[in-house]
Amino acid sequence: MTPMTTSSNSAVRELISFQIGAQEFCVDIMSVREIRGWTPATPLPRTPVFVRGVINLRGAVLPIVDLGSRLGLQMTEPTERHVIIVTRIEEQLVGLLVDAVCDIITVRDDQIQSTPDVASDLVQQFVKGILSMEGRMISLIYLERVLPDREAEAA
Amino acid sequence: MDPLEAIKVTFFQECEEQLSELESGLLAMEQGETDSETVNAVFRAVHSIKGGAGAFSLEPLVRFAHVFETTLDDVRAGKLAPDNNVVKVMLRAADVLADHVRAARDGGVVEEARSQELAAALEALNGAAAPASIVSEDFDDMPGLDFTPLTVSDDDGFGDDFGFTPLAAGIIDLEPEGPALRRWTVQLRPKNALYAKANETGLLLRELKRLGDIEVSIDGSELPGLAELEPEHAYLSWTIVLTTDRSQSDIQEVFEFVDGDCDLTITADQLTSSLPMMGEASIDEPFDVMALIQQARADVQAAPAAAIMAEILAAPAPAPVFAASAPSVPAPAAATATAAAGVAPDAAHGAAAQQATIRVDLDRVDRLIDLVGELVINQAMLAQRVTESGVPRSSNIAMGLDDLEHLTREIQDSVMAIRAQPVKSVFQRMPRLVREVAAMTGKQVRLVTEGEGTEVDKTVIERLTDPITHMIRNAIDHGLERPEVRVAAGKGPEGTVRLSAAHRSGRIVIEVSDDGKGIDRPRVRQIAIDKGLIEVDSNLSDEDVDNLIFMPGFSTASSVSDISGRGVGMDVVKRSIQGLGGRIAITSRPGQGSTFTLSLPLTLAVLDGMVVSVCDHTLVAPLTAIIESLQPKAQDVRAIGPDAYVIAIRDTYTPLIDVGAMLGYRTTPLDPTKGVALLVEGEGGARAALMVDAIQGQRQVVIKSLEANYRQVEGIAAATILGDGRVALILDVDNVVAARRREKARSDAKLAAAG
Repeated sequence: MTPMTTSSNSAVRELISFQIGAQEFCVDIMSVREIRGWTPATPLPRTPVFVRGVINLRGAVLPIVDLGSRLGLQMTEPTERHVIIVTRIEEQLVGLLVDAVCDIITVRDDQIQSTPDVASDLVQQFVKGILSMEGRMISLIYLERVLPDREAEAA
Repeated sequence: MDPLEAIKVTFFQECEEQLSELESGLLAMEQGETDSETVNAVFRAVHSIKGGAGAFSLEPLVRFAHVFETTLDDVRAGKLAPDNNVVKVMLRAADVLADHVRAARDGGVVEEARSQELAAALEALNGAAAPASIVSEDFDDMPGLDFTPLTVSDDDGFGDDFGFTPLAAGIIDLEPEGPALRRWTVQLRPKNALYAKANETGLLLRELKRLGDIEVSIDGSELPGLAELEPEHAYLSWTIVLTTDRSQSDIQEVFEFVDGDCDLTITADQLTSSLPMMGEASIDEPFDVMALIQQARADVQAAPAAAIMAEILAAPAPAPVFAASAPSVPAPAAATATAAAGVAPDAAHGAAAQQATIRVDLDRVDRLIDLVGELVINQAMLAQRVTESGVPRSSNIAMGLDDLEHLTREIQDSVMAIRAQPVKSVFQRMPRLVREVAAMTGKQVRLVTEGEGTEVDKTVIERLTDPITHMIRNAIDHGLERPEVRVAAGKGPEGTVRLSAAHRSGRIVIEVSDDGKGIDRPRVRQIAIDKGLIEVDSNLSDEDVDNLIFMPGFSTASSVSDISGRGVGMDVVKRSIQGLGGRIAITSRPGQGSTFTLSLPLTLAVLDGMVVSVCDHTLVAPLTAIIESLQPKAQDVRAIGPDAYVIAIRDTYTPLIDVGAMLGYRTTPLDPTKGVALLVEGEGGARAALMVDAIQGQRQVVIKSLEANYRQVEGIAAATILGDGRVALILDVDNVVAARRREKARSDAKLAAAG
């Protein structure tokens, strides 16, 4: 795979990396509001399987997306050790269910490589770019695409 | 916020109130209520807007308001009969005035042509070609007075300096002009309350001037030194000599709004030449501001002059001293003449007559409502914990909790009442819309409104305007026929659009109906087929056809008009109503018109619910939808078709819906005899029995939106948080009742597509 820079500017940004199964992913720290332990969610009817349901976040109703399932990996069997990353996506708060939070990493934009042209559409859809840290490969998640598409679902 | 800005904000708020007063007054006049009270109310509204606008130098607004006021004054004086034509022009003028106010507030521009056209129409009514300028109230038309103009800047009403020349109002000649002229001496001594209610002596004097020639003198002898001066007290009194042909009651009418707030004597003089020279009196007055300031300086030697000036300028605006309103104090005659139509708008006229009210920032109320919502959850949580701990129901703790529940509920109701508002504010915008749409489409329309006093939560009101606007537009544009068509159909040329609101079983029901041609069902059907919305051979009932107009992308207008028919119309209306937790239904009879019925919750914040369990899930069913609950007996449940069941309730077969299966919580249907059936009624009276596993209890729940962080979920109206802190879903009963039919339609469509 050929390293390719997505952008020539080298602005520094902080990312939170987390684990799902054996893979590592990350999101921009600015979109993360809080990180909390798993609490059982109330399932919603007629929703895609990756939407695990809703929980009470201090009086607000927070939908929980099983990120592993969303990315086409495996359904998570949540335990007390699983983690919900509360993120702000546009105007909405969404909880991402992941296995564990790993690290806060600081990268320059030019360290982020474009997503390799692999077969999976899901990868193309949700992975904005990848970066290499100390031999680990971390995929940067396209947060805006995590929630189910309104129009497509309505139709 | 800078104080002047704050006053300006208040002014615009009051303008909105005045505008609605104006509109309702004019509408009353249109109905024939042309008594002086109504006319005066209308006049006052325009006058107050003009007055305030003058203080803020809102030139275009002042100019237009002035023309309007002049016409109204003629009506008030009986020179112009308020017949239908006149009122129609005035209604349109009120619309333009509202545009002017909004333009002044938001910094836009009013369509000049329209404004001028209306101004011209108003002037034509006057019959007089009065120049549309406030300057007509200039000094020139006060022949009896000769004075040095004051250096009072009329742009903000705050004099920059106090270096004006004391007024010397000399009387030059006062020949009696006619036998009917009489001379009156009016002594006016305002009390503190007069200024506190934002009345303004200057305006009163100006009103007097309208009646005839006046000479004014001021008595400032009670004015204390600056150090002792109470900024909000009234110290000055006036003596006015008025020469007029009007009666005493006319003079008294000027003081109508300050009745009781001032000492007033009106005495008739015999017309003689030996008048007291008012000018002298004025000059005699020890009203030397500089001297006052000097005195104050002497008193407070250490204080720098700037501080004193700052103090003076910081005095509250309606105070009767020179600090806030220079024009009103030392030279009332000048105040009547200058364009500064009063620093403090006399808008308090209206307010003073009403009950005591306060303006509260909506955010504060919302915060309170949120907190009360949390309180309700907490109270429920506490009650649940106590029950779980096994405390007997008769114990003190349990009884105390019951009291707490009552109190909580009462607090909640009271807080909700703060935010409840009559739908009048929305309904009031509609007459204008009807006029405009009627003019654009060339139809004759009469709008009838009912139930304007129906109260509903402010958050609901705010979101009602757009759907109602759209429905009324549609009713006029698509529903009503042109006058000639109506006549040919044996109806009156004027169509009627009826807008009504009422409370019905815990919801507000709003109806928009017209007496037009009704829905053209064959055409609607054809269009739906053409647009591929339905199959050619679909078997649809009349009701189904009517409901096609709510489908996205449907438009019956053959040409896209300015008014409606962009093809987004009714489905957008439907979606916004659903977003409010409401429903929309249509009934139509060919040739007789259509009725759109909106049913909305009174509040978006709380709901009385029945808490039920379905397959280990807790759901809440809105209590308003539930008629009764029962335990089905095996012999009452009958299968109908392969997978549908009905239940006999008092010999009526009602469809039985397994909620758990419908929401996908279980795959094998619940044995009806093991569960509980809730008999519910959906929109339009459709009944169904919902099968649930068990009933947990009845509880008031706080509605939490699912859309805020997610989106609408079919079959679910909203969510709530229960006593244990978990989220429970609120069933959308109508949707569940209708779901069966929809699913059937869907599978039919699939079959059709496959075949």
